[in-house]
Amino acid sequence: MTLVLEQALNGVQLGVLLFLLAAGLTLVFGIMNFVNLAHGSLYMIGAYFAATFIPWSGSFIVGAVLALAAAAAVGMALEILIFRRLYHRDHMDQVLATFGLILFFNELVLMVWGPAGMSIAVPSWLAGQVTIIPGVPYSAYRLAVLLAGLAAAAFLYVLVSRTRTGMRIRAGASDRQMAEALGVDIRLLFTGIAGLGAALAALAGLLAAPLRSVHAGMGEDILVLAFVIVVIGGIGSIRGAFVAALGVGLIDTVGRAFLPRALDAIFSDSIADAVAPALSTTLIYLTMVVVLAIRPRGLFPAPGV
Amino acid sequence: MNLRGIGILVVLGLATLAFWISAPSTQNDGVRIGFVTTLTTGTGVIGADMRDAFELALDQMGRTMGGLSVWISYEDDAVDPNIGRQATERLVQRDDVHFVSGFIWSNVLLASYQAATDNDVFLIGANAGPSQLAGEACNRNFFSTSWQNDQTTMAMGEVLNDQVSNVYVMAPNYAAGRNMIAGMERTFQGQIIGKTLTQFPDQLDFAAELANIRAAAPEAVWVFYPGNFGTQFFQQYSQAGLLGEIPLYSTFSIDALNLPQIGDLVEGTQMTQSWSPDMDNPANQKFVADFRAKYGRYPSFYAAQAYDAAMLIRSAVEAVDGDLDDLDGLRQALARADFDSVRGSFSFGKNHFPIQDFFLREVMRDSDGVFTTRIVDVVYSDHVDPYAKDCTMQQ
Repeated sequence: MTLVLEQALNGVQLGVLLFLLAAGLTLVFGIMNFVNLAHGSLYMIGAYFAATFIPWSGSFIVGAVLALAAAAAVGMALEILIFRRLYHRDHMDQVLATFGLILFFNELVLMVWGPAGMSIAVPSWLAGQVTIIPGVPYSAYRLAVLLAGLAAAAFLYVLVSRTRTGMRIRAGASDRQMAEALGVDIRLLFTGIAGLGAALAALAGLLAAPLRSVHAGMGEDILVLAFVIVVIGGIGSIRGAFVAALGVGLIDTVGRAFLPRALDAIFSDSIADAVAPALSTTLIYLTMVVVLAIRPRGLFPAPGV
Repeated sequence: MNLRGIGILVVLGLATLAFWISAPSTQNDGVRIGFVTTLTTGTGVIGADMRDAFELALDQMGRTMGGLSVWISYEDDAVDPNIGRQATERLVQRDDVHFVSGFIWSNVLLASYQAATDNDVFLIGANAGPSQLAGEACNRNFFSTSWQNDQTTMAMGEVLNDQVSNVYVMAPNYAAGRNMIAGMERTFQGQIIGKTLTQFPDQLDFAAELANIRAAAPEAVWVFYPGNFGTQFFQQYSQAGLLGEIPLYSTFSIDALNLPQIGDLVEGTQMTQSWSPDMDNPANQKFVADFRAKYGRYPSFYAAQAYDAAMLIRSAVEAVDGDLDDLDGLRQALARADFDSVRGSFSFGKNHFPIQDFFLREVMRDSDGVFTTRIVDVVYSDHVDPYAKDCTMQQ
């Protein structure tokens, strides 16, 4: 029983990490109607910035804040220089342009930081364990990731549904022209959203870095999962992204933890060995298929973020 | 002509120029070698280490073999069988190489080797040792300066027999990971109470698997996680509070490249291997000393195997007096393995995999406080891999 609880905790921890990435993606997609494949690059850039700033400043927190600010600046610069020109083009053009950005950023980090990749050490005050389930020491760093992700989710919720800025974001999402006519500066708003999305992606990147290491191309693997979450949750819906991210995190973790054993009980050893890893990889996609078959527009269809 | 047209012309012109510059000059009559390894992604540091060792070997030779100048090209496989295959094809067809070496990953090697061997280009594997190439698919144009995947974990199984009665095993789910676990199952006589195969090469977060290990409460854990996979695994093992609770054994997971990062966590940890920087023979002492002098760090086992590959190639080129068209002569010379290996004694079995000793090593600090490994015991002498008996090679 404690194992189930511990694995659930692991699943939620993975889920909130994925939520941070998916939230930026769904914001940009839902509000700006813009497909940003380069979102994974911002995740990578955030990790590289953190791996640079943390040793430089000597503090995990200071370095992380600097990295978030720098990544937000990169996101806003991208919006002003590139995204802005693509809003009126169709989605394939956007995919093509932002795919080009992925290649550009991967080459850029190889040139700036070298091919070897980097690592971020877990801060010493989080290197130990805490006991939240009796008898099961749990990594303090993983718990911190979980709490930071939940805090970011709460911040987003308050921002979008409780503030004037959030009202403008929602207005821009449901009817851009009408919002503009009422005096909302859509250009400024979109730049801000791109910056916010970039900061969220960077937060995911730097929190994941001590667990997954920092290297060129690290964004692509996880971006696929983020897209799955956006689609399951309903494109443009932050609430949907949150629910879907936790669901995907739990399904992935529980699948990896318990599926091999379950299959062992049913099939012979060699079949279970061959099937279990493959099946636990595809479990998430099977979930997506089932969700879309029942609710073609996702769990929480937008508009109305 | 409008501005865009001019722009396109300029780009096309530059691309043509770049291709022309990168295409090899056909006047070069020397020894042509291609080296396929991983130079990008999180494990790019391994490929760089192999390249550094190969460069060191070439420098020691004055960049000539048997009186011929050496041309070399290092190619990146990005841990992707498709990219590795394309790189190998490019080396064989465009660059006209005589030898292809490198190959860290078994899945990349399996996808790539025929692009070389089918065209009578010799492939000198410097790390990966998939069971297929040692057994039924053994190939007269393939030679390995490393080991067959099963062997090192077979040695580990023997070590564990003396120490524990059950073990939990864990490895990435690809050709080498499955071979390594098979090796463990061959020799370990106790119970394997848990077996986990994780996604490769994407999975670096082992939270769910570590929780399962704790719940299974084995007497020991054995893992195969090379390069930065090992770095992440050991760090997370420590963060989960398992370090010191359950003894951890490994093969190919701790090397000179990740020891600076994880040395504190794994000091005293034991592993099996066919080479160690402290091996006491003149070739190895020269290799380790020159490598440290040139690069300021200990060479990894990947580097040692790449260095041996360069020395093996030279021995063959010298044996045929630089007549690179004498394929049979080159092949026979390669099979003799007439060079001073950093492993001391070194000879090829009938499947062209080395017959060699396997040692138990442990992590320690040298006199300067730098983490390295030393040999504590000999597990196997002149060990032949278990697939050699299935090899019927057409000469």
